[in-house]
Amino acid sequence: MTNVIEQLINGLRTGSIYALIALGYTMVYGIAKMINFAHGDIIMVGAYLLYVFIDIFKLPIILSVVLTIVMCSLIGVFIEKVAYKPLRKAAPLSVLITAIGVSFFLQNASLLIFSANPIKFESIIKVNAVHIGNVSIAGITIVTFIVTSIAMVLLTSFIKYTKTGYAMRAVSEDKGAAQLMGINVNRTISITFAIGSLLAAIAGILFLSQYQSLKPTMGALPGIKAFVAAVLGGIGSIPGAMLGGLALGVIESISKAYISSQLSDAIVFSVLILVLLVKPTGLLGKNFIEKV
Amino acid sequence: MKKENTNKNISKKVTNKKNIVSLVLIIAVYILLAVLVENKILNRQFRSMIVPIGANIMLAVSLNLVTGFLGELSLGHAGFMAIGAFTGAVFTLNSNLPGLLEFILAILIGGIVAGLFGFLIGVPVLRLKGDYLAIVTLGFGEIIRSIINSINFPSGLDPEGVRIMRKGTMGLTGIEIYSNYTWIYIATVITIIVIVNIVNSRFGRIMCSIRDNDIASESIGINVSKYKVITFVIAAFFAGVAGVIYAHNFAIMMPTEFDYNRSINILVFVVLGGMGSIRGSIIAAILLTVLPEFLRETSQYRMLIYSILLIGMMIFNNSDLKHKLIKKKA
Amino acid sequence: MALLEVKNLGVSFGGLRAVDEVDFHIEEGQLYGLIGPNGAGKTTIFNLLTGVYQPTEGTISINGENIIGKKTSDINLVGLGRTFQNIRLFHNMTVLDNIKTALDNQYKYSLLTSILKTPKYFAIEEEMDREAIKYLEVFGLADQADILASNLSYGPQRKLEIARALATKPKLLLLDEPAAGMNPNETVELMNTIKLVRDRFKITILLIEHDMKLVSGICEEIFVLNFGRELAKGIPSEVLKNQAVITAYLGE
Repeated sequence: MTNVIEQLINGLRTGSIYALIALGYTMVYGIAKMINFAHGDIIMVGAYLLYVFIDIFKLPIILSVVLTIVMCSLIGVFIEKVAYKPLRKAAPLSVLITAIGVSFFLQNASLLIFSANPIKFESIIKVNAVHIGNVSIAGITIVTFIVTSIAMVLLTSFIKYTKTGYAMRAVSEDKGAAQLMGINVNRTISITFAIGSLLAAIAGILFLSQYQSLKPTMGALPGIKAFVAAVLGGIGSIPGAMLGGLALGVIESISKAYISSQLSDAIVFSVLILVLLVKPTGLLGKNFIEKV
Repeated sequence: MKKENTNKNISKKVTNKKNIVSLVLIIAVYILLAVLVENKILNRQFRSMIVPIGANIMLAVSLNLVTGFLGELSLGHAGFMAIGAFTGAVFTLNSNLPGLLEFILAILIGGIVAGLFGFLIGVPVLRLKGDYLAIVTLGFGEIIRSIINSINFPSGLDPEGVRIMRKGTMGLTGIEIYSNYTWIYIATVITIIVIVNIVNSRFGRIMCSIRDNDIASESIGINVSKYKVITFVIAAFFAGVAGVIYAHNFAIMMPTEFDYNRSINILVFVVLGGMGSIRGSIIAAILLTVLPEFLRETSQYRMLIYSILLIGMMIFNNSDLKHKLIKKKA
Repeated sequence: MALLEVKNLGVSFGGLRAVDEVDFHIEEGQLYGLIGPNGAGKTTIFNLLTGVYQPTEGTISINGENIIGKKTSDINLVGLGRTFQNIRLFHNMTVLDNIKTALDNQYKYSLLTSILKTPKYFAIEEEMDREAIKYLEVFGLADQADILASNLSYGPQRKLEIARALATKPKLLLLDEPAAGMNPNETVELMNTIKLVRDRFKITILLIEHDMKLVSGICEEIFVLNFGRELAKGIPSEVLKNQAVITAYLGE
């Protein structure tokens, strides 16, 4: 029983990281109607930046974290301006391929700078484990829970209550109409990318603290998984991304522990496929009737 | 985006001028290839690229059927390739038939098994559309790969005559190298002809109609889901064939070679070559297989340059500059 | 027996009652009009008839055969052809191929025949070409057979869509606002074409329009729909005198 609870907690920890990344996918999808395939690689960029600031420049931890997050945001906005903005009116597939190109670029750029050899990195989170009865919860898990919860609450209130949040919802509903209402669509899209990349940077920092090792392709798999989480929850839906992320983490951790670690990816994808077959727009996605 | 018109003018017979020209061209290219290879005019590096080029052409052309003609985004093509590669290789590793027959049978078996999986996967998932279909097909590609990882494959007999079982994660070794330039050339040409013929038939017409407007297609009595599945199965079959050929090019084969990155690469061929353009897919598959090798000179920068070229080409393809250039030409 | 028999048809989307208690029947050879203000549910009825939406209640039968629950494509095979309010052509295909796709169910050949390009392939394709041109000639589109459908101008696009529906040899043709976006001259021309189509192909036509004058000009019987319900039905001259109809169209 204790074991099951521990696996569940592990699952929720990984899941909350997936959820952070999934939020970026879902927001960008909602607003720019594109799958930002390079989103997962922002995690990797964030992790390397943190490593550079701490282990190479020897900056204080807090400053490094802040710098990492800010830099990632800027990089996200920069990528959007350079690579995606010229394709606003292009076919979705062209945008997808461009995003794949950006993903290749980020991975190979870091491969050039840091080489393919994994780099060891000591976790910046030094919190002691907590014991409740027989169950012990690692410090990193607690920090992850706290950080992701805060991030999600802030994000939800930002989107719900601020003027920019209104603008974001308006643009995701109808770009043209939003523009007519005087909303600066380009600026809104930039902000969306900034927030998405910021969340990915946080995810990257948490991820690095958990695995304590860096390599250029480290963002790819969590990126794909988070995208699956976003689709599972209903792409375009913010609560959906959170739910999808947590669900995915738990499913993965339970199947790794009790079924087969080799087949855990297969199980995760099977769940996604089953959900989509029953509810084609994901768990919390809006159903819509195609107008004929 | 450029789309080839189907059936612009149906020539009355098989022996028309266009087909004769094509036949002459096919033979000429083969002779050229033979001369280049046999006389070692092509260096080793280029000779080793012939099989991957052929396999990539087959993959690109078959995916184009799904993506360019049917209009559905699939990111799981490498999964079907993997099924073909593993069934084909397991077959040749465990059979004692004479070489050529064994290889041809392996190609058919690999293609058919991949096609069968195309059917099993296509029936449920083709109800989904667009990005959802993309992620689900990607998921299936990964499921196939992790299942291959966890299977124990019979891979021939050891010197004492006991069957060797190899774990999927370890890949397969000792695969007979059957794929030479003649076989790959024949297989590629047949694939292209078959797919071009399908495109120019009622099946091609139906695929394009579904791409252009599925609701209108239904309204004129076309069973859209049935033809989607047919298209998917055809594409999976050829991906499987490409897999068998690819598998018999090297003695060793690992499941990691068939991950989603490969599916993405195939999609890149299709998109850069032009959706719905068979010629474009062929050219893109050749160029993008050769390009990274050319860039090997610049070794460590090659993938970086490749990615920049990819982004650049997509932006250029959708830019005003290109439209202006096309107008000037016309 | 009526060709089309609709009884107590109704559908709800969420809480919205889009169509409610609709009853009508169309006899063979009739030109029947379905009219009503925007948003009355006319297109929804078309979508129910063609199986795009499933009705919440009621029955629809063609020649006595119940078609509820059938797929759109099977309903076409039973004998229902349609056009769409917002033209749905196969834009990246030629005008000829648009028609040939519609002929598909009458001229099938196997995948193997396609791959091997047997003589049968050439024979059937040639016959399809000839047949398709016939349909195009009726609408004066034959000399544009080889251009892409998207390159046709608006009027010819509407005509091509009608020709494509006709090519499936329907018993009943549903036309969704065929004159939408046309100027008065084009409209008159189109109405003449529709009459001609009915006589030449000997089919039954159900037409949606919101322009009353136009409908009363050519339809033998009309059905007025308002807020998803029947407001009036019968021969045009009488229906147009109906006080409720006048109110719905002109206000109090």
